[in-house]
Amino acid sequence: MSSSKNYGNKRLVVGAHYGTMDFIAQRVTAVILAVYTLVLVVGLLAMPAFTYESWRGLFTFTVFALPLGQILASLAFIALAWHAWIGVRDIWMDYVKPAGVRLLLQVLTILWLVGSVVYFAQILWSL
Amino acid sequence: MPDSAAKPRPQFRNISVPQILSYRLPLAGKLSILHRVSGALLFLCLPLVILPIFAMSVASPDSFASVAEVAGNPLVKLILLVLLWGYLHHFCAGLRYLMLDLHVGLDKVPAQKSAGVVFGVSLALTVVFGLKMFGAW
Repeated sequence: MSSSKNYGNKRLVVGAHYGTMDFIAQRVTAVILAVYTLVLVVGLLAMPAFTYESWRGLFTFTVFALPLGQILASLAFIALAWHAWIGVRDIWMDYVKPAGVRLLLQVLTILWLVGSVVYFAQILWSL
Repeated sequence: MPDSAAKPRPQFRNISVPQILSYRLPLAGKLSILHRVSGALLFLCLPLVILPIFAMSVASPDSFASVAEVAGNPLVKLILLVLLWGYLHHFCAGLRYLMLDLHVGLDKVPAQKSAGVVFGVSLALTVVFGLKMFGAW
């Protein structure tokens, strides 16, 4: 970008490091999701038989009255929503140029993901 | 440099839709675009397919049993298989990206090889889990 008019509505707005923050958040949430996936796979493989009780138990097991299964699943889902937000926003930024359309799609993405978090929390914490 | 001043530099723009179809991507490029496609697919299907089926599977023993009934429908079976592939491709390709972020296997030949490994592993796991999911054993 030319820096001949670097003020007003042509001002170059970079350098706040939010891009770095998003880059790191996407990697950290990816690692959390990979680890949680492996935890679930180990849990599935450790089951003597795939029954309703054992499947539900993956998400409802407790340790000293602490609902660890539900807490881990909630943390993983928040990581998923955050990861998906960064990824889907990257898609809109790459392919959608008009600012108004891009803003609309970003708002819809947030609503879609927050709705999913609420839906998942309702399923999980009513077990 | 008088030569470059005389000739305008070639400009490379984003290619258009008809060109995309004939554009030959290297294997790592195919992996990359499928990483994006699978991520978008999982995002779209999350509250539409994945969460409703998860809700059925954990709500009660009766609804748990009816998941198998719903998955008996060939269309549902196909959707679940595509989502299974999407998750496994995104997972394996994601691990490769984390590895590349750590500057492991950045050179051309190792990066081509790891892209091939990702395709092999994710497709093989899709076949194995797919057969397991539909009760082959």
